[in-house]
Amino acid sequence: MKRISILASLLISASFIIFSCQEGAKKDPKPVDVQDLTRNQPETHGTEIKESEITITHPLNAEWVSGGKTIYELKCQSCHKLTGEKLVGPGWLDVTKRRTPAWILNMITNVDMMLEKDPEAQKLLELCMVRMPNQNLVIEDARKILEFQRSNDGEK
Amino acid sequence: MKHYLLKFFIPLVFASVGLLWIQSCKPKGAGSAVSGDAASKVYVAPGKYDQFYNFVSGGFSGQMSVYGIPSGRLLRVIPVFSVDPEKGWGYSEETKPMLNTSHGFVPWDDLHHIALSETDGIQDGRWVFGNGNNTPRIARIDLKTFRTAEIIEIPNSAGNHSSPFITENSEYVVAGTRFSIPMDNSNGDVPINSYKQNFRGTLSFIGVDKTSGNMNISFQILLPGVNFDLARAGKGKSHGWFFFSCYNSERANTLLEVNASQKDKDFILCVNWKKAEEYLKAGKGVKKAVSYAHNVYSEQTHMATSTLEKEVIMLDPKDCPDMVYFMPCPKSPHGCDTDPTGEYIVGSGKLAAVIPVFSFTKIQKAIADKNYDGIYEGIPVLKYEAVLHGEVQKPGLGPLHTEFDDKGNAYTSFFVSSEIVKWNVESLKVLDRVPTYYSVGHLSIPGGPTKKPWGKYMIAYNKITKDRYLPTGPELAQSAQLFDISGDKMKLLLDYPTIGEPHYAESIPADLVMKNSQKIFKIEENKNPFAALGDKYARVERKGNEIHVYATSIRSHFTPDNIEGVKMGDVVYFHITNLEQDWDVPHGFAVKGANNGELLIMPGETQTLKWTPEKPGVYPFYCTDFCSALHQEMQGYIRISAAGSNVPISFSTGKTIPDSISTKTP
Repeated sequence: MKRISILASLLISASFIIFSCQEGAKKDPKPVDVQDLTRNQPETHGTEIKESEITITHPLNAEWVSGGKTIYELKCQSCHKLTGEKLVGPGWLDVTKRRTPAWILNMITNVDMMLEKDPEAQKLLELCMVRMPNQNLVIEDARKILEFQRSNDGEK
Repeated sequence: MKHYLLKFFIPLVFASVGLLWIQSCKPKGAGSAVSGDAASKVYVAPGKYDQFYNFVSGGFSGQMSVYGIPSGRLLRVIPVFSVDPEKGWGYSEETKPMLNTSHGFVPWDDLHHIALSETDGIQDGRWVFGNGNNTPRIARIDLKTFRTAEIIEIPNSAGNHSSPFITENSEYVVAGTRFSIPMDNSNGDVPINSYKQNFRGTLSFIGVDKTSGNMNISFQILLPGVNFDLARAGKGKSHGWFFFSCYNSERANTLLEVNASQKDKDFILCVNWKKAEEYLKAGKGVKKAVSYAHNVYSEQTHMATSTLEKEVIMLDPKDCPDMVYFMPCPKSPHGCDTDPTGEYIVGSGKLAAVIPVFSFTKIQKAIADKNYDGIYEGIPVLKYEAVLHGEVQKPGLGPLHTEFDDKGNAYTSFFVSSEIVKWNVESLKVLDRVPTYYSVGHLSIPGGPTKKPWGKYMIAYNKITKDRYLPTGPELAQSAQLFDISGDKMKLLLDYPTIGEPHYAESIPADLVMKNSQKIFKIEENKNPFAALGDKYARVERKGNEIHVYATSIRSHFTPDNIEGVKMGDVVYFHITNLEQDWDVPHGFAVKGANNGELLIMPGETQTLKWTPEKPGVYPFYCTDFCSALHQEMQGYIRISAAGSNVPISFSTGKTIPDSISTKTP
């Protein structure tokens, strides 16, 4: 019985060697350049905002504070309270004391970049477990948000 | 025992060897008609883009699909004429009006042909049009959003097959009647065998606004009751003309398979639409009372509106001489295709043994010379020999459709002989032929119907799939085949399945479309009257027995997510605004037991789901589109109380409603 099984498997293996077709083995000598056929998919980030590009003035710009509040209600309030209490993201109270203006503006306009390389942003992601959405704010809008946050933190 | 095994095993071993040999060395045929480098030619590496967008009619699915070429990867199915519960199309309150017609809400149609918008005879990547065959309609899809932006119904029409072919500056898309019928404003209750007296065909010219793309029926032309089949606009020198193939010049009303195949020649109708415009301006048109729906989707309000229009202007050739001419075409012509120069019109008689190629220059001369071969129902018939450039001899069996490359060649599909034949338009010589699997219908070459074919690839859309894929019961995948046409010989590269039944398709270089592709809807521009633009506006309101929930969604919660105070007999409208402003972050919305589809709400958009609760209880709702690590937490509850209950309206997120604990349902 055992001997027959061995014989059978030997015969089957041999048949593969003898009868397998060679056709598929031929390779095209000049493969098409895939790079040439397709285009890259560029991931676009905003440009990083430097501390030196932001001017902080006193007193607060009242127009920006109210503009910032309107944007907050539309795009931020779902996740951020104005107290220190965490909802989906951290509460905003004292955020302007904890973070630099550039950090805040980059977090708003360049969240993907920040989550990629900023250790503080990465810590927040571990805490909140939800990537902060890119809410599509231009720098001018983000600056208004900052003014509103300063006002919320008691600056005049 | 041993002996028995030996007897059993040895033949078995040899049988397996034989079987292996047969399987691995199948003779060259259907399976292996592919050259060795085919795989690398269709391979698009992960993260890389295809070269072309391919817009494919979805046939009896009623939708349009979008593929990447050369990979054959399905990128999107755009809901057009059929409801699509996956996307809420035809289920959300905002999209329901898109499927309205003069017959009421029609949830399905049969989409056969594609027309990409053109500027100066070249695809411009702005819009793609599709026809509804069954309840005659034309749809316009906006290629910024890949969504159906407009649907217009065609009055005085049935079987809108000869549609939506387009002129070289997108001045018009057309709609020709396949089924002739009694006109809408006549008494349609007539004996069917009074066809010749009472049934007429029409061609509709639908104007397309240059900026908005909005459609409007500019005029119709009243014609004899033949069956209009396919069409192409002239281009270049023949711009201003349109060519429509037609069959059933016998005007049979029964067993057309036999009765409409009697004559040696049917017709191609040549329409001088510039002339028609002149007659229209001169007031030769007659206003006809009709009723047809015109549905427009607004990207500002994120809502569709449906308007019933009441009138069309009809031009009758008897009042408008020199506007239309018939051209004889053997036998039962189907495809009617103009070459990139606009000089040649190729007719494909389904039962013909030749492919006639007509010359625009000769057509003009025959008209000038009044070189007629009689009059058909009041319309001059041009002499066949006088308008013929020549015939492609013995091309194959059952020619259907012709597309063109960028080198002066034509490619014609042959249904009966299951092959594609490449021939030179000028010399009419057959250059190459290649088999298809099986029974090819339409062909598509990128830019094939335009002044500037991009060439490179050709796709065959086959009517029969049979053994090309793993079997899936009686119904099989529909099938497309991709060919490389860059060389002298056509080379098969790829088979891939398609949705519905693919008829015509068009392809366009990817960069013409992708640069305009919209990523989000700006929340600041959301003008939906039911939008909640921020959590501040999230609320629940009662209006009589209607409950309006104005809710927001963002990763990953709804505001409000606890709702009480709804009673039996109420109708609930969930208006969900997606506050996200990030690409590719839609939220879904579904509620248990709703006799409805889901909502799929794009970033910045508001959509509404209507729900009539069936019995008291607490019903969960949740986000259906995986949105974040806490997607599974994106849920809420709505409480339905008995009719006459005193539970007040209340709503919240992030806190339990204090009052609700003490509130008892009566």
